[in-house]
Amino acid sequence: MALQSRRDVFQAIADPTRREIINLIAFNPLNLNAIAENFDVSRPAISQHIKILTECGLIVIKKQGRERYCEAKLQQLGEVSNWIEQYRKFWEGRFNALDDFLEELKTKNKKP
Amino acid sequence: MTSNNQTEIIAEPGKQELFIKREFEAPRELVFRAFTEADMLVKWLGPCNMTMRIDKHESWAGGSYRYVHIDPQDNEYGFHGVSHEMLVPERLIRTFEFEGLPESGHVVLETARFEVLPNERTKVTIQSVFQSVADRDGMVQAGMEYGVRESHQMLDEFLAKQLVN
Repeated sequence: MALQSRRDVFQAIADPTRREIINLIAFNPLNLNAIAENFDVSRPAISQHIKILTECGLIVIKKQGRERYCEAKLQQLGEVSNWIEQYRKFWEGRFNALDDFLEELKTKNKKP
Repeated sequence: MTSNNQTEIIAEPGKQELFIKREFEAPRELVFRAFTEADMLVKWLGPCNMTMRIDKHESWAGGSYRYVHIDPQDNEYGFHGVSHEMLVPERLIRTFEFEGLPESGHVVLETARFEVLPNERTKVTIQSVFQSVADRDGMVQAGMEYGVRESHQMLDEFLAKQLVN
């Protein structure tokens, strides 16, 4: 179950419009209209993207008076980079073994 | 002895490809051989704590290969593919499919490039192109699961040692 929700983060950022929305509000919460102004697609389409981003926990919506502001929650994205870090470590383990092996070969080659 | 060379993974969100980059303290011919000769591959390609068996190994264009990783519980993880090009000592192109997936057909196109660096060093860049973004992210996830499994095993060994002492 935990894995499924993480996978959703990948799906959320797989879409270019959703990535742009996150970039747009990364440091500066905006309301839906202000976000929609930056895109050529329809407002309902932007609404749908924001709904997906909210469901994945990448955006929270906060009410301020009558306005609803979308705020980015970037900790979730940290999980994505964490995945890549684990994958990197997996390869690093292999390559460290290759380093040792290459060193062994070089030593052997030097001997007459 | 472990070198200070860092492994770099480039996986941009929403793309179907990823890159693995690493430099080695050895001349290109030697690194290329370590990637293409069966008796050399078994020395390093198996994830730590796993043994590796090579069922088939034909590096030349049109040849095919099948490797199997075996964990300490004797579970087997097989993968296979077809070699498309072997341009000694600079480029390898092949397909790759992990057999442990729920369905077959999720094939990856892999290109490994070997560049000469000064002082008899070599840079290796592996580009993997997946059929979908989900396939790529699933592979990264599998890598994570390997990592977690390995660290659990290390923890087990550590605890076992503590019990003995």
